[in-house]
Amino acid sequence: MSAFRTILGKDLRVELRTLQSLPAMALFAVTTFVVFRFGLDRTSLEGSLAAGVLLVTVLFAALLAINRLFVAERDEGGFDAMRLAPIDLSALFAAKVVALFVYLLVLEVVALPVFAAFFLDDATGLLPLAGVLALVNLGLAGTGAVVSTVGAHSRARDLLTPLILLPLLVPLMIAAGGAAEPLLAAGGPSYDEVGKWVGTLALYDLTFLLVGYAVYDFLLED
Amino acid sequence: MPAPTAVQRAAGVDPASVPAGESGAAIEARALRRDFGDEPVLRDVSLTLEAGATLVVLGPNGAGKSTLLRMLATLLRPTAGELRVLGAELPRRAWRARGRIGYLGHDPLLYRDLTLSEALTFHARLHTLEDPGARIAELLDAVGLARRRGQLVRTLSAGQLQRAAVCRCVLHAPSLLLLDEPGAHLDPAAVETVEPLIGRAAGVTRVVVTHDFEGGLAAADRALALRANGTVAYEGDAAGLSPGDARSIYTGRA
Repeated sequence: MSAFRTILGKDLRVELRTLQSLPAMALFAVTTFVVFRFGLDRTSLEGSLAAGVLLVTVLFAALLAINRLFVAERDEGGFDAMRLAPIDLSALFAAKVVALFVYLLVLEVVALPVFAAFFLDDATGLLPLAGVLALVNLGLAGTGAVVSTVGAHSRARDLLTPLILLPLLVPLMIAAGGAAEPLLAAGGPSYDEVGKWVGTLALYDLTFLLVGYAVYDFLLED
Repeated sequence: MPAPTAVQRAAGVDPASVPAGESGAAIEARALRRDFGDEPVLRDVSLTLEAGATLVVLGPNGAGKSTLLRMLATLLRPTAGELRVLGAELPRRAWRARGRIGYLGHDPLLYRDLTLSEALTFHARLHTLEDPGARIAELLDAVGLARRRGQLVRTLSAGQLQRAAVCRCVLHAPSLLLLDEPGAHLDPAAVETVEPLIGRAAGVTRVVVTHDFEGGLAAADRALALRANGTVAYEGDAAGLSPGDARSIYTGRA
């Protein structure tokens, strides 16, 4: 627990000090909404299209943070430092998952109001949607932390991370779309089948968090 | 069991909790080999180092000195051979040795966007040090960086960074110091400054990679000289290897 807190504290402190990920993610999201707004030539979206625009934007904004997640560990010897310490290396995994989750949360605090202002006539679905996004964030963070670790040890990391990550995230995105679509339906949110998709999201999150926790030590071995 | 060293006493470490190998040796290597891809970097290295002794590792660039050090530090797995460090069989029981090794490599292993004090506190917490603040203050004072404690690591000069890395290396009072060119970037005064922490006076087992073969041999009990192809040219008492012989290994005449 101490190692987890130490690593997480370091990550959040460095991000607050350098602002290397969060501003880029927020700017990317807002810019993407502008592109969709003019690209689709629509002032309002609902249902599956609204869910798609929001989730694709969150997904690619998350990629920016995932690509940078282990830059300091790779370039500044953090991996070596942690392997020299008497710690369970899954603390590193847990800290990175929570850090990424926090980044995505902050992103959505900025991006959701912009999304609502640009595209939604009725914003009553945003509150339940926040719950769905929390599960999406957890899935992105768990899978992203594992894949980013693999990528960090490769020379082709900028290419490898999205190439491995995106296929793995397809089930998450399908479930997220299924859960978000009725919440963004025209005329206000409906809750048909939301429970099924939320269950799928939770199962996905649990699976990847457990797999990450189980294999993380091996990922860091030489 | 050796008496606690000054470094161990300062960090509140009980030497009884940091045993050497079953035979009393801190390091035992048999027919050690390491390849990178198809390229053998280190071949058939065997050595024994008693607890409290110093081994100097010499050899030209590319001979595998840093690779050997990283294997001893549990950061690289041997491709073949047997390796036991501080009683822990590597790589299977690496976790038993981790936390008891102080590794000073080419990278300082300090996060550049933290202040010096924050970066060292980070390491102290990973090593579950009690009262890291006092220990860090003591070490920074010892290496002449007390005034720099609030400065970002990225703003330190190369020499200051090396001194900071020395602090990081000995922060947890390790039983084994693995030092890869510890004098790199340091002026003669700074070398003297860090000597009590990582030199013979530290009183712990040391493996020192250096190109200063005269100074290195004089400060060592044992010597390991590697040829450019990663094979062992000499393994034995440091007194048995003259600086002239060491020089001929560098030039490929031995």
